[in-house]
Amino acid sequence: MSLLAQGAEMARRSVLQTLRQPAMVIPPIGFPLILMAVNAGGLESATRLPGFPTDDYLNFVIAFPFIQGSLFAAINAGSSLARDVETGFLKRLALTPMQRAAMLLGNLAGVMTVALLSSCIYLGVGFAAGLHFEAGAGGVLVLLALALLIALAFASLGALIGLRTGSGEAVQGIFPLLFVLVFLSSSALPRELIERDWFRTIATINPVSYLFEGLRSLVIFGWDGEALALGFGVALAIAVLGVLGAASALRTRLVRT
Amino acid sequence: MRRFADVAGGVAWRSIHRFVTKPQFLAPSIIFPLFFFVAFAGGLSNVGNVPGFDFPSGYTAFQFVFVLLQASAFGGVFTGFSIAADFESGFARRMMLAAPNRLGILAGYAIAAGARALIVGALLFAVALATGMRVDGGGIDLFGLVVLASLVNVTATLWAAGVAMRLRTIQAGPAMQMPVFILLFLAPVYVPLELLSGWIEAVARINPFTALVEGGRDLISGGDVRAWLVYGVAVLLLGGFAVWGVRGLRRAEAAG
Repeated sequence: MSLLAQGAEMARRSVLQTLRQPAMVIPPIGFPLILMAVNAGGLESATRLPGFPTDDYLNFVIAFPFIQGSLFAAINAGSSLARDVETGFLKRLALTPMQRAAMLLGNLAGVMTVALLSSCIYLGVGFAAGLHFEAGAGGVLVLLALALLIALAFASLGALIGLRTGSGEAVQGIFPLLFVLVFLSSSALPRELIERDWFRTIATINPVSYLFEGLRSLVIFGWDGEALALGFGVALAIAVLGVLGAASALRTRLVRT
Repeated sequence: MRRFADVAGGVAWRSIHRFVTKPQFLAPSIIFPLFFFVAFAGGLSNVGNVPGFDFPSGYTAFQFVFVLLQASAFGGVFTGFSIAADFESGFARRMMLAAPNRLGILAGYAIAAGARALIVGALLFAVALATGMRVDGGGIDLFGLVVLASLVNVTATLWAAGVAMRLRTIQAGPAMQMPVFILLFLAPVYVPLELLSGWIEAVARINPFTALVEGGRDLISGGDVRAWLVYGVAVLLLGGFAVWGVRGLRRAEAAG
């Protein structure tokens, strides 16, 4: 069986396993939309600050659900791999000729399916609420591509932790840490409008800021090469580190078994 | 009455001892409010410069009140998690067999939730003052704020206890947490009610938590507090959720 066919089999299992569990589908779609709605209404008056880049906060906050949804991708990917470790599924799989790359990438397919589905829903809800997309139809496709890359990046980090620890509880434990990274970024205000120097410094160091800025640049500014390059660059770097780390953790895990 | 006090004291002591000696139980209650305070008061401080934002004590104090009430509410919700865990492990059932007055169990958990909120609230006060929060209200105003936070804490505890005793599983966690989270965030979190517009303004106007958070902000800034409205809403909510909590206890008794 080729790597592609093996990967497809693992992907089919992962997609079915994910879609059959409402707890893995509803929160990544529902919670980010609730927070987006609350923030879009609650912080609308922030657009009156001099220098705020748009006159509708929805255009600014639309990036939020994509990043928050990616955090759920991290938790779900990590939890499902940790469960495979806990139940012994990985041990049994190790006895077959299945290749490690197929195991890993196939396992991420479920959360990536939810990420694609939820990204389309976030955009649909955004457009229904009056989202104005400066970069046009092409920009929507680029935003979806960046959103999926970000989801892959976080999912691979979740997979790394799930495989390294083999514990679903440990994976759940990283959620607050990821949440902190999201809030200590330029998620709610542009960096240049953050008043406190220490917070602006943290937001500038925090790579998550560049993911937000890449996503919303398409909505607010149109085609901003620098913001997009930084957004794609940071997401790609996290994804590469995550996938390599997860592959190494899987190799170690299979050696142990 | 003596039996009630004995049971409440025993349950409270056990719960307090548990979260004081095991940091994993107390840490989330402490870390989350501090983190929200840092993220809101630090990251969004420029929102205080929005035209029409005229809160006299500054944005840090404005956000402090919300985070304090949120921490008090979540102190109650986290206690609900402990109750659910006690049912899952079978401990709560044994406790109900042994307790001569079962209402004391509910009261004991509420005392523990109050202690948890007190620790978190004191720490939050210290951090806020250390980071330059302005308090324009006097001693009586601050006492009123503490009373308000305590009422929110007991109300949230009774809500979470009611859910925990009905469902008796830790998987009910989101059912305890999400309604509280949504209710809190559908109040004027980032700006005063007058600066909200659209659907969120309409929802915030009918959200009972709005009266509490605005009352708390009036207290810390030494403004005119509509005490009857603020404490009236708080006491009404407490009364409603006391019925919910006691009925939950009766359901748990009936389930055996």
